Amino acid sequence: MAKDEYREFRLVGTRPDRPDGLDKVTGRARYGADMTAPGMLWGAVVRSPHAHARIVKIDTSKAEALEGVKAVVTRADLPTGLTGEDWDLQENTLAGERALYDGHAVAAVAATSALIAQEAARLVEVDYEVLPHVTDVDAAMAPDAPVIREGAADPTVPEGMHPNVVKYFAFDHGDVEAGFAQADLVMERTYKTEATHQGYIEPHACLGQLGSDGKGEMWVCTQGQWFIRRMCAAVVGIEAAQLRVTPSEIGGGFGGKTTIFMEPLSLALSRKAGGRPVKIVMSRSEVLRATGPTASASMDVKIGMKKDGTITAGKATFRMQGGAFPGAPVDMALYCAFAPYKMPAVECEGFDVLANRPKCAAYRAPGSPMGAFAVESLLDEMCRKLGIDPMDMRMKNAVREGDRAAYGPKFGSIGLVEVLEATRAHPNLSIPLGLNQGRGIASGYWFNHGGETSVSMAISEDGTAQVSVGTPDIGGSRASIALMTAETLGIPYEDVRVNVVETGALGVNEPTHGSRATFASGKAAVEAAQHAIKEMCRRAAAEWGIEPEAVEWVDGAAQPAGPNAGKFPPMTIAEIAGKMGSTGGPISGHHESVPGGVGESFGCHVVDVEVDPETGGVKILRYLVVQDAGRAIHPSYVEGQYQGGAAQGIGWALNEGYIYGEDGRLQNPVFLDYRVPVASDLPMIDTVIVEVPNPGHPYGVRGVGETGITPPLPAIANAIQAATGARLTELPMNPPRVLAAIKAAKAG
Amino acid sequence: MVAVHLWSSLTRFTDGKRVVEVPGVTAGELLSGLKAAYPGLGPVLDGGVSVVIDDAIAPSLHTPVPDGAEVYLMQRLKGG
Repeated sequence: MAKDEYREFRLVGTRPDRPDGLDKVTGRARYGADMTAPGMLWGAVVRSPHAHARIVKIDTSKAEALEGVKAVVTRADLPTGLTGEDWDLQENTLAGERALYDGHAVAAVAATSALIAQEAARLVEVDYEVLPHVTDVDAAMAPDAPVIREGAADPTVPEGMHPNVVKYFAFDHGDVEAGFAQADLVMERTYKTEATHQGYIEPHACLGQLGSDGKGEMWVCTQGQWFIRRMCAAVVGIEAAQLRVTPSEIGGGFGGKTTIFMEPLSLALSRKAGGRPVKIVMSRSEVLRATGPTASASMDVKIGMKKDGTITAGKATFRMQGGAFPGAPVDMALYCAFAPYKMPAVECEGFDVLANRPKCAAYRAPGSPMGAFAVESLLDEMCRKLGIDPMDMRMKNAVREGDRAAYGPKFGSIGLVEVLEATRAHPNLSIPLGLNQGRGIASGYWFNHGGETSVSMAISEDGTAQVSVGTPDIGGSRASIALMTAETLGIPYEDVRVNVVETGALGVNEPTHGSRATFASGKAAVEAAQHAIKEMCRRAAAEWGIEPEAVEWVDGAAQPAGPNAGKFPPMTIAEIAGKMGSTGGPISGHHESVPGGVGESFGCHVVDVEVDPETGGVKILRYLVVQDAGRAIHPSYVEGQYQGGAAQGIGWALNEGYIYGEDGRLQNPVFLDYRVPVASDLPMIDTVIVEVPNPGHPYGVRGVGETGITPPLPAIANAIQAATGARLTELPMNPPRVLAAIKAAKAG
Repeated sequence: MVAVHLWSSLTRFTDGKRVVEVPGVTAGELLSGLKAAYPGLGPVLDGGVSVVIDDAIAPSLHTPVPDGAEVYLMQRLKGG
């Protein structure tokens, strides 16, 4: 039930305008590329045209001789001796001995104009010795596959595996073979998903400045300014506290802006150019070729089911490539794959594999959509074979509080059953379908995340409040944090201003990732407000000459807690704030923690499609997202997250995907060829907010940003089978692939 | 002693044991106990893991482990 329908709070659950809305619709909001500075230079990056090549020689002399060029950097300008993740970041920032993928940066230049910088980049001469390459995950594990990097495997990889396998992971419980023996139907399939990009509209952009004294500043489009600070400091070799990073407004991130790409280059160029600030703005082609997409996957799944729909066992082997560096989310994919179901026995193993592709980055519920595509597709096929309603099967096997998750521990408070009940009750499920139309259903899961969090709050002289948070506002978190702060203080929403601040203003914050901003920064803001309330009660008590414990805070004012405390009229926040300078000084609150009490989120999607049997084109007729939000602080932005996740998932399912040529070069590095959904591709996406409050948050928040991208991949595959009889096991399900599957199904 | 449930591919570091008993009253002490008992686990645990105590991920190495708690090790969770 949406919060609007019943109110137990004054503000939480209402839908006021977002505080950053006017700036964004009028163009006043400043994004990464909008920042300029006196004496600013423009940066450009030289990128490898080869998927895998030894860098024999880099000649920068012609570029340096061009009038207007102020600096050229290569790997030789970066410090040596880095290890582990820091080395990976540095190697990805600027190639060392070898270019590892098409688009890998090998040098960078800074000049007095963008055009001169681009011309100078063309004048940098790089001699390459082209090496064998591999871009497909299964091919990268084959015995004859070229080795991307010897010795890259971590200690989890047993001896004898291919050197491109850099991480190995397995978990299990129960007797899988006994489970399969108890089943009436056992099926297994192999599924493949292609890498997709986060597709944020705003490309990466930064303005970096670094002096010879090791002190620097950066303005950057990012999900996490402290991550940028730590990573850049490591890559260019300065102390973290000497780099001050200010986040711009952000035009989408979805996980792709939780790490660095060209940001350290602006600092390295600035340092070499005498400390002049250097601005770098990526083109769309650079974004697609050289910033993190998600991983591609190849997945084997086997499931046993009884005639009544009871799942008896599941087995999964996932292989994922995340580019030329470790980090494919194969572990998260396996954790999430069977999460909505009670699994008496499960056996999962995963391989993180190197390939000649860009270093993958997080993408909305990293790994979970791939796992769901495999498991939810197979479950749907099994329901068809056994003649079981897929909603009945989901309800019969649904996990509840206290059930053991497929990955081991028991669930706390969760709302999957409530989600399934709300799905089943929705009118979309009873709309009749016509010729070539089909309905698909799938569930999805994400953990959500707490993470390092630091928030401060200060009461102003007029009784209004300002909150400083370290989590950039991507999906409306300023509004939700203002609502929770105002609710706690008992003041109007409009009296709270939430500022996303730079790294010098707060302790370390993890980025806006893991669906954590409203949960973690919101929880910390409430704690900070309560600190301030305690102090305001103390000030009132001192004024009245009573004990602080005899004062309570009600509706934005201090008042005696009962008749025995004395008879005084309420003292409002404005009255207390107006004289705080003479009653002890500023009143503020702050909170720092890694918040516990994270609440997981389940969702269920229902999609109706129509498939053109002549072309294989798939049209989305209607789409329903049902998801547990815990509590929707601002329902409009919760609905927006649900719709955004579904839209991205629809693109992943139907059209998006990296296409590599035989030469290992990316064939579709522009939005004309890498086709994200546009408005005309999508119907209005229906949403239902289920609220099973998270007991670990003062207002019940779970986090809503990620689960919504998980079910669309299998839901659409399931709908296509319902419409055509053809089962698609590989993404994207574009017209040629759907047409081929229809023909194959007809041929029997 | 606390029984810590490991994921199965760690058993090659623990002489095949899926559940390992180690001393400790906090999440951090359990990790130290695991490394002391099975040094091969050290690099894996140092690479980052989540300690799940009953139904919640421990937010800190200092998070207490109550008597009788069920403890699982999981991969370090990430988000997008």
